[in-house]
Amino acid sequence: MERPLTKHIKPGSVSLNMKDYIQLGGYGNLQKALKNIAPAEVTALVKASNLLGRGGAGFPTGVKWSLIPMDGDKSTPKYLVCNADEMEPGTFKDRYLLEGNPHQLIEGMIISAYAIQAGKAYIFLRWAYKKAEKILREAIADAYKSGYLGKNILGSGFNLDLYVHSSAGRYMCGEETALLNSLEGKRAMPRTKPPFPAISGLFGRPTVVNNVETLSWISHIVEHGAEWFKGLSLTPTGGTKLFGVSGRVKNPGTWELPLGISMRELLEEHAGGMTPGHKFRGALPGGASTDFLIEDHLDVKLDFSTVAAAGSRLGTGTMIVLDDKTCPVAFIHNVEKFFALESCGWCTPCREGLPWVEKMLASIEEGTGKMEYLDLLNFNAKFMGPGNTFCAHAPGAAEPLQSGLKYFHDDFVKHITDKKCPWR
Amino acid sequence: MLTEEEKKEIQEEIKQYPYPAVACIDALKIVQNHRGWVSDESVRDIAQLLSISNEEVDSVATFYSRIYRKPVGRNVILICDSVSCMILGYESLYNYISKKIGVSFGGTTSDGRFTLLPISCLGDCDNAPVMMINNDHFNRLTIEKIDELLDRYK
Repeated sequence: MERPLTKHIKPGSVSLNMKDYIQLGGYGNLQKALKNIAPAEVTALVKASNLLGRGGAGFPTGVKWSLIPMDGDKSTPKYLVCNADEMEPGTFKDRYLLEGNPHQLIEGMIISAYAIQAGKAYIFLRWAYKKAEKILREAIADAYKSGYLGKNILGSGFNLDLYVHSSAGRYMCGEETALLNSLEGKRAMPRTKPPFPAISGLFGRPTVVNNVETLSWISHIVEHGAEWFKGLSLTPTGGTKLFGVSGRVKNPGTWELPLGISMRELLEEHAGGMTPGHKFRGALPGGASTDFLIEDHLDVKLDFSTVAAAGSRLGTGTMIVLDDKTCPVAFIHNVEKFFALESCGWCTPCREGLPWVEKMLASIEEGTGKMEYLDLLNFNAKFMGPGNTFCAHAPGAAEPLQSGLKYFHDDFVKHITDKKCPWR
Repeated sequence: MLTEEEKKEIQEEIKQYPYPAVACIDALKIVQNHRGWVSDESVRDIAQLLSISNEEVDSVATFYSRIYRKPVGRNVILICDSVSCMILGYESLYNYISKKIGVSFGGTTSDGRFTLLPISCLGDCDNAPVMMINNDHFNRLTIEKIDELLDRYK
């Protein structure tokens, strides 16, 4: 089984430095692209590979790039932004790539910037990733010294400056347009779309925003081609994916596996099954903003379309497992409290709905909830759903809520009728 | 008044952007790095340096969780209270630390040694429960480890 993204990352060891990366052929694909491939051809290659965005939404990367106007005035600045604001509860995959193989990301970013002819690139890094920040800053300085960044890169005439922006905390920064506002030094509020960032992004200029894992693929696709990439998955989508599991499992962790492996295989073979004395009750398959899947779904293939068909989302691919010793109401309350606190407050369903949901869940958990809350919670889940809000924050929060109310209905009712949490 | 050093660091950030206001978050972080928190006076000083209004700077300062608009202790303990850490028992860690230092979430010890705050997911869920003290990250925490850990921060 191929593991292109992580084969040089050894868990617990130091990150792959410039010298070792180059010894493994690193930056060779950048040379190949700059010398032999026209920018539009790089975009066509990524489009042909069908690389779907690894940040959670699964939008085709090549399509995103192809929306950038390429015929405009050459002096108009364009930007590439790497979204490294990994803050979705239960998600820890980008940290692994950032700390383990920073040059893979940097090389991918230079090639991507070349494809869209961006002159400046930013890595928007979450505040808490202090180790990754240090590693990235050192790696970028090394790349400058070797002529992979700066003016006239490898004699190609292509210029690129790459900066790290360490954030000041707020989940909302992970939303593409909110991230751009934050990078401009403003509050991280989402922007109206259209115009999409490809037309009017950072400082009103054409901008591509891609996730760490997505950008880490680019040099590999340049090296091996689109067909190779497509052949890596068990489903037709293409590529491997970083999957992760947290919760009461024997061996929590992150693994690079082909898209399309089953949830059962991830949980049992890689995560080692449940911790002794704990039973599986369900899981959020791709971070806190995805719908619960339960035992009936264990044979669902983990790919964007197949998880969607099962009523959830692949999201970030990092799974949070609910066991029988953890109260599902407390679990859902914890998640909704997070979303309520992190709402930017811009639109009503999110600003008003989430704190209301959080309060009702808290009172059910404490044993003071009423039966009518269940209808109100369902009402709010619908009201916060897609089409009613400004961005994906509240619809994401609605997912574990609506599915939790469905799958753990009896547990909610028992809290209300017994006037206490059965787990406490 | 911003110190010369703070001003110099902020000017350095401004250089990479098309106009000074973009450096607002960087400026807040620089001041906080030197002083531990951001006072009303610092908000005014930053506004002046970036040629934007005090209100604009404050709107940014109050939006971001890691900018402190009130004084904090010499050491800030950030306990992850997100769902994976909840499953693995962050609450017992919190109870232990809270009792040991005598403050709840949001509080600062009377000797100014510690401030205790919750933080959302630290991206290390396979090693839960997790917390940070200042810029240092600690995982797979148990109550037995806490005493020794806190002793390192005076």
